[in-house]
Amino acid sequence: MKTLEELLAIKSVTKKTMLVREDIGDDKIKIVVGMGTCGIAAGARDVLNAFVDGVAEKELTNVAVTQMGCIDMCKYEPIVEVTVPGKEKVTYVNMTAEKAAKVIEEHIAGGEPVSEYIK
Amino acid sequence: MRELSLNILDIVENSVSAEASLVSIELTEDSHLNTLSVTVIDNGKGMTQEELLKAKDPFYTSGTTRRVGMGIPLFKMAAEQTGGTFSIHSVDGKGTLINAIFKTDSLNFKPVGDLHATVSALVSANPYVDFVLKYSVDNNEFVFDTREIKQKSEEIPVSSPDIVKWIRDFIEQNVNNLYGGVTDNENT
Ligand SMILES: Nc1ncnc2c1ncn2[C@@H]1O[C@H](COP(=O)(O)OP(=O)(O)OP(=O)(O)O)[C@@H](O)[C@H]1O
Ligand SMILES: [Mg+2]
Repeated sequence: MKTLEELLAIKSVTKKTMLVREDIGDDKIKIVVGMGTCGIAAGARDVLNAFVDGVAEKELTNVAVTQMGCIDMCKYEPIVEVTVPGKEKVTYVNMTAEKAAKVIEEHIAGGEPVSEYIK
Repeated sequence: MRELSLNILDIVENSVSAEASLVSIELTEDSHLNTLSVTVIDNGKGMTQEELLKAKDPFYTSGTTRRVGMGIPLFKMAAEQTGGTFSIHSVDGKGTLINAIFKTDSLNFKPVGDLHATVSALVSANPYVDFVLKYSVDNNEFVFDTREIKQKSEEIPVSSPDIVKWIRDFIEQNVNNLYGGVTDNENT
């Protein structure tokens, strides 16, 4: 059974990686998932959580997984925008949890956008 | 929507859009009456009487990019299709309360599903908003409150992936416990 006390253990581990983040400053990679009604109906929640898992698993410290409202492209939902500081924004369409894992691997960690998921 | 927890996510997204700083999600299941009550309360900007009337109408949205809003009508329909009820109260400048009661013995009742995934997604995406989850099944109750987590995690943001993952597992286990600790794995 998970307890709140367990959080303290996670905290001490996370704290170490936070020190690294401070060196990087505020220049975070942003992963932004569309969470309007269409996005949610198409599976945006699981896509967002898959990105969280990928970032945690790869221990990436300079990444924020966040959300945006509907951008009126319902048939392309779930839509995910990835912004790497200093680079142009990349928009992924019809995302899934599996595709999210590949974007983490190749784009977020590897620096190469996954062109097949871009509209 | 495939499961109720997705409707709930969608309804809470409205609260977040309305600039709420605190959103409370309350689920109360009664296995004798066969009812599930879902209430979302926020302290966001609320709606005027006119906005409130429109919000119940599937063709209204205050969004500028699209002319139809579907979130509230979908949730209302999900409840009414089970023979349940739906109500919405809002005070301009103060906040909004949405309640839906589901008849759990109806063939049209969809399961709540992964509520833990709903809450963890909300926390990751909105670290500055506080969320409370109160889930009770008959006489058992589980309460989750991000303010309590923030107190414990101190300088580590609640949106850190490790913390978000922990929150997801924590809620999943505690909600399973409400149902007698039967997990999906043990079911199969
Ligand atoms: N909690 C709330 N606080 C304030 N206003 C709200 C709230 N919930 C809904 N509204 C108002 O009601 C409108 C309709 O909401 P609804 O969820 O049905 O559609 P929407 O959010 O506009 O679009 P979407 O289809 O993406 O959900 C919103 O645009 C907003 O103006
Ligand atoms: Mg909405």
